[in-house]
Amino acid sequence: MRNVVSRLASSAILFWIVLTITFLLARAAPGDPTTLLVPPGASAADQARLRTELGLDAPLAVQYARWAGRLFKGDLGESFARRAPVRTVLAEAIPVSAGLGAVSLALTFILGIAVGMYQAARRGTLSDRALTIATTTVYAAPSFWLALALIATFTYGAARWGFPASLRLPAFGMRDPASDATGLAALGDLARHAVLPVITLTAIGAAGIARYARTIGADLVSQDFVRTARAKGATRPRIYLRHVLANAWPPLVVLLALAIPGLLAGSVFVEGVFAWPGMGRVTLAAVAARDYPVILGATAVYAAAVILANLAADLALPMLDPRRRA
Amino acid sequence: MRLPRRDVAVPMALLVLLALGAIAVPLLSADDPRTMGDVVVQRFLPPFTTDQHGAFHLLGTDRFGRDIFARTMLAARISLVIGVLGSLLAGAVGIALGALSGWRGGVLDRLLMGAADALLAIPRLILLLVCAALWRPGTLTVVAVLVATGWMAVARLVRAEVLGIRTRPFVEGAAALGARPARILWRHVLPNALGSAIVAMTLGVGGAILLESGLSFLGLGVQPPQPSWGNMIADGRDAIVLAPWVALAPGLALIVTVVASTFLGDALRDRLAGESVAPLRDRA
Repeated sequence: MRNVVSRLASSAILFWIVLTITFLLARAAPGDPTTLLVPPGASAADQARLRTELGLDAPLAVQYARWAGRLFKGDLGESFARRAPVRTVLAEAIPVSAGLGAVSLALTFILGIAVGMYQAARRGTLSDRALTIATTTVYAAPSFWLALALIATFTYGAARWGFPASLRLPAFGMRDPASDATGLAALGDLARHAVLPVITLTAIGAAGIARYARTIGADLVSQDFVRTARAKGATRPRIYLRHVLANAWPPLVVLLALAIPGLLAGSVFVEGVFAWPGMGRVTLAAVAARDYPVILGATAVYAAAVILANLAADLALPMLDPRRRA
Repeated sequence: MRLPRRDVAVPMALLVLLALGAIAVPLLSADDPRTMGDVVVQRFLPPFTTDQHGAFHLLGTDRFGRDIFARTMLAARISLVIGVLGSLLAGAVGIALGALSGWRGGVLDRLLMGAADALLAIPRLILLLVCAALWRPGTLTVVAVLVATGWMAVARLVRAEVLGIRTRPFVEGAAALGARPARILWRHVLPNALGSAIVAMTLGVGGAILLESGLSFLGLGVQPPQPSWGNMIADGRDAIVLAPWVALAPGLALIVTVVASTFLGDALRDRLAGESVAPLRDRA
């Protein structure tokens, strides 16, 4: 219990340091956000007024104190560019990214572990080597390139090789703009639009996980208890599911936490290419417009996701591994 | 001299071949890969075609009729330099800070590792995006930002190694013989702590190339007319339906490079380090 409390406290402190770093980064940068915000004909006095209005002319310490004070009240400020509360901007975007991320993460794990364990079981064979090359190649591909390759396959390729209509998957947006379907039909439309983004994120994630799951599995396969199980006549599925996988869970859970930043980063590009209105698109738009409050808010959300994932992995470890129960 | 084993030699040969291509191909190509060709007859030619002027285009041409193979090799120069430089410099900073942190301990150690943990908690791409967008985009900015966001993992590895080595008998022996602390750190501790850092830096080359391509894809990295793999892919994005090779060809060169550096890193890990190397790089 004491352990849990201290982990929570250190996570909270870490989060605060992250927020402070992003605050300082945004303010240390050259350039003035008001130059992008004022209309073309505005005078220098207008610009100065806007700067005062946004609180950008106060000393840094005052800005920091104001920003921290508002943060404690749950107020993330107002988007410079969209003139809407940052909370609203993020609240619209988070569910989109969370949905996309959760589905991709689940598939990533199932596929990644399955491939990695299969390779561990057949180490050194031709199929193991072929899969190593395949996973390394996919892991080496930028997410936006994979996304574009999929789009090319389902547009250029579909026309060229004559794909059936059911396989012509939509490549842009979350729903068909011409459709006014509701209920199940709308859900089906959403699912069709999700196929390509989910495949992209899953492929990249699973390739990375498989590489490490193979190492974890291979280490376990050569251990004494596996030899014992084999000597007792346990079947192959029983050895791998009951003995190897059971012992692989703790490192795999750590891996799950470590996979989160990559998934978040990948989702920025995937949302960008497939035009999904999630956190990634919001971040890219805010970066382009120097929208400090939104950049800070988005970075905070990303950092929170990473810190929470690490915390969850830390707290889950003792449940999965009795040796870690103090 | 002993020949390197196949697991090191094959990826090394690939990378050397690519570097040679990057130097030679743009020099040998008939037209300047940066300027427009004969747009009317040369634009959007598919791979493996010969145009009306008799020039052969291995990977086809883009919307300005420029040869994609020559451009990909020209882009390889900048992408390889940024990848190697970004990873090496980040590694050097990480080694210095990690060694200092582990050797000195105390408040300095806590401050440095606190900063490292905080920076590691922000996905590197997001950190990179924020920095690259706030400062003026360009090649130097990309390298600086790669270093600023890439030193933490190496610092953590080196610090852990130094902590383990500083209590070993040969270090105490050197101290008993009267060696100054700086000499002990430089001659006795650091050489033994570098294995995992070298592996992390090798694997980091691929990561840096991926991140650079991501930034350039978004227009925050290398700026046209200087081609880089990332901005070439961005260039082909609008033509993806009509001429997918424009976007896909530079990506293949990138993938070959990153795969080679990953296999090289894996091979080095088998020799130099245990399982201590940070898994799962941040990616684009």
